[in-house]
Amino acid sequence: MGDAAIHKSHSAEFAHQFEDMEQQREAGSLGMWVFLVTEIMFFGGLFACYAVYRALHLQAFELGSRLLYVRFGAVNTVVLIASSLTMALAILSAQTGKRKSVVMSYLVLTMILGAAFLAIKFTFEWHHDFVEHLVPGFGFQIRPEWGNVSNQVPMFFCFYFFMTGLHALHMIIGMGILTVLTLMASRDRFNEEYYAPLEVTGLYWHFVDIVWIFLFPLLYLIGGHYAMRGGH
Amino acid sequence: MSTAVTDMQQASPPESSRVHYLNANYGIKSWLLTTDHKRIALLYLGSITLMFFVGGAFAVLMRLHLIEPQGALVEPDTYNKLFTMHGIIMVFFFLVPSIPATLGNFLVPMMIGARDLAFPRLNLLSWYIYIVGAIFTLYAAISGGVDTGWTFYTPYSSGFSHTQVVPVAVGVFITGFSSILTGLNFVVTIHKMRAPGLTWFRLPLFIWAIYATSIIFILGTPVIAITLFLLGLERLLHIGIFDPAIGGDPILFQHLFWFYSHPAVYIMILPGMGVMSELVTCFSRKKIFGYGFVAFSSMAIAVISFLVWGHHMFVSGQSIYAGLIFSVLSFLVAIPSAIKVFNWTATLYKGSVSYQAPMLYALGFIGLFTMGGLTGLFLASLATDVHLNGTYFIVAHFHYIMVGGAVMAYLGGIHFWWPKITGRLYPDGWARFAALVIFVGFNLTFFPQFMLGYLGMPRRYAVYPAEFQVLNVLSSAGASILGVGYLIPLIYLMWSMRYGPAAGPNPWGAKGLEWETPSPPPTENFEEIPIVTEEAYDYANPPRAVTRG
Amino acid sequence: MSGHVVPVRTYISVFLALLALTGLTTGVAYLDLGPVNTIVALAIAVTKMLLVILFFMHVKYSSGLTRLIILVGFFWFAILVALTLSDELTRNWTPVPTPWGLIFPLIRGLL
Repeated sequence: MGDAAIHKSHSAEFAHQFEDMEQQREAGSLGMWVFLVTEIMFFGGLFACYAVYRALHLQAFELGSRLLYVRFGAVNTVVLIASSLTMALAILSAQTGKRKSVVMSYLVLTMILGAAFLAIKFTFEWHHDFVEHLVPGFGFQIRPEWGNVSNQVPMFFCFYFFMTGLHALHMIIGMGILTVLTLMASRDRFNEEYYAPLEVTGLYWHFVDIVWIFLFPLLYLIGGHYAMRGGH
Repeated sequence: MSTAVTDMQQASPPESSRVHYLNANYGIKSWLLTTDHKRIALLYLGSITLMFFVGGAFAVLMRLHLIEPQGALVEPDTYNKLFTMHGIIMVFFFLVPSIPATLGNFLVPMMIGARDLAFPRLNLLSWYIYIVGAIFTLYAAISGGVDTGWTFYTPYSSGFSHTQVVPVAVGVFITGFSSILTGLNFVVTIHKMRAPGLTWFRLPLFIWAIYATSIIFILGTPVIAITLFLLGLERLLHIGIFDPAIGGDPILFQHLFWFYSHPAVYIMILPGMGVMSELVTCFSRKKIFGYGFVAFSSMAIAVISFLVWGHHMFVSGQSIYAGLIFSVLSFLVAIPSAIKVFNWTATLYKGSVSYQAPMLYALGFIGLFTMGGLTGLFLASLATDVHLNGTYFIVAHFHYIMVGGAVMAYLGGIHFWWPKITGRLYPDGWARFAALVIFVGFNLTFFPQFMLGYLGMPRRYAVYPAEFQVLNVLSSAGASILGVGYLIPLIYLMWSMRYGPAAGPNPWGAKGLEWETPSPPPTENFEEIPIVTEEAYDYANPPRAVTRG
Repeated sequence: MSGHVVPVRTYISVFLALLALTGLTTGVAYLDLGPVNTIVALAIAVTKMLLVILFFMHVKYSSGLTRLIILVGFFWFAILVALTLSDELTRNWTPVPTPWGLIFPLIRGLL
């Protein structure tokens, strides 16, 4: 009985440990969700430490946060949200049997937006912070206006760089996967029946977007940027 | 129809003509590029056995050193490296992967009537990741070692130790992904690929145990990964989040570390408990007492294990209020383990018990795990832990569970499924002898350590007061017996692979889908995917005959 | 997600909602609401996350198992945060032992 089911599927993409394509697709999706749970716990460790130190050293965190550029954080948030949209549209176009050029265009657009995010982050933010001596371990300079929490401000910046750095690493990996998918699309691998790799990569990409959705307020918007206190 | 297993049933005609997973392809590429879960299980078996003996070698050196109060063998700094490397290798490279990566990989698809795991290539990748992690760690061991203890406590590890902390942290970090992928594979496979008729409550309890273990792999391992990553960064950058100079808290490291490492100890014991359910039922020819209780207790252990980590930190400077919460929760986690012990014992009652080697290991487990578990209660209680923490009492407690429990279950499982895995029978007389040697050697090694701890001898010390020498010498003597005991199975099991008599599909007369296929199994596991109509361990009805293929 | 096709219109609406919420959270940061700032920021972030999860990640059309897995992930993160904070925030609560001789005057003083 089981063997008849195995021969049910003639798709070139069928993997023989499964009964049919449906089981294969469900397993792939379930696998990616389970992997995302591991990512929740991986980033979660950092977020938990952030919660502890923000509670213990709120003033230092506020001082540090006000030295970040909200405009770049906000623009990057918009860029990532747009990339999630283009990713969803890439999957939709495969699902609805559009030509491969449509699927590829959306994938490439997603990568362009991802690259824009990284460019803004590394050149306008990180580089600027390095020049301003705000990178712990790389010439960090305590500023006199920080007063009696001066020694704790580097802690904020440790979190800033570790969290956005880990996030950026995940984006880079995502873009690598998107490159592979674009190549696969160019070889007509995807159609209405088979688009599981797109779906599963989409889940990953959206997850990375969600991490940033939390990083933006938690890193950039602490302590308020009220005009009278002089933030960016 | 319940008859005791008296003799291992001889096989029929030679299977040299039959194609199975071992002879389907030859050559090193067919092994190193395999995606067959059974071959991957054997790749793991070889690597894990190697790491076991490396970790054991460190233990031998430690016990030799400790026969003299002022230390007999090495400098104190070297001793620190010995116990650290022993712990790291035994925990991360032996115990954590042991049953899941070997028996789990081999048996999960077979027990659920599937042809392989959900993601065979990820399975192979997870082995390679394990190997890379092991190489980093072994490199660190031979280029100076690490002296922080396997617990890597900050600030010593992050700022003061001059040893190879970063390579080892990288090695353990990498190996963590091996666990994660294995756990992910098992969860998806068990959810999605069960044979027709195999409902959740007909699954063998080994599968429930592996499932619960996989949940811990998935939820816990990423946290130690990020922790070691942060530790490595702090060491390299000379600044980091555990550094008090910038308002950091070294105890936060301990929270993150133990959030994984406590559930990790349940990773190490749960699969063994799963093996126990299989052994106790087969060698009593009886269905398990209280299937539902055993299944749910596996899940309860997996969940509650995440709520108790602070009991490792009672004397670290942790708040006493947190200590109270963790203490209460730690008493709670003992309950499901106890339930299992009661259920195995009740299964034995009025069963038709036979005493082949796997059963000897199982019986040893019941006694030794119970002792280890009960001594854990002294440690869960805040007041007594203050006196016992940091002493040999702790060392004895966890070795009773890890070695008296987990390793015995591992050996019992290896022996039980050996005929299935290799198609050969091992010499049961030698196996029983080795089991007894191990039992005696184990107790002689570790029982004195309870006494040493209670009397106040600190752990991780290279020297000790002269009044403790007798107990230390007894412990070292036991260790030498235990070492010999572990070498004996290595010899006869390897011997059996070439010279052992051929095994039939079901030499033990056991129930379970894995016994309904030839030994060794064909690459695709089953000629036809079976349809399940029975409950698990239905020993009232005889096992199904196997159609030889 | 089992082949469920979400209309483009839905995706665009979700996208616009996400943009609006991003603007909102940025704007609110420039108002002084004290501790409420943090609560509002987190509430908006959670809302954005739910939109992404339900629509972009198709969880609205997914099985109960998928939803359970997501809930488990967040719950476990919550365990890590809650129990760690139960230590970090209560370190200074440990009372200083009071000598017996001072207890009775203390009680009398309270009555």
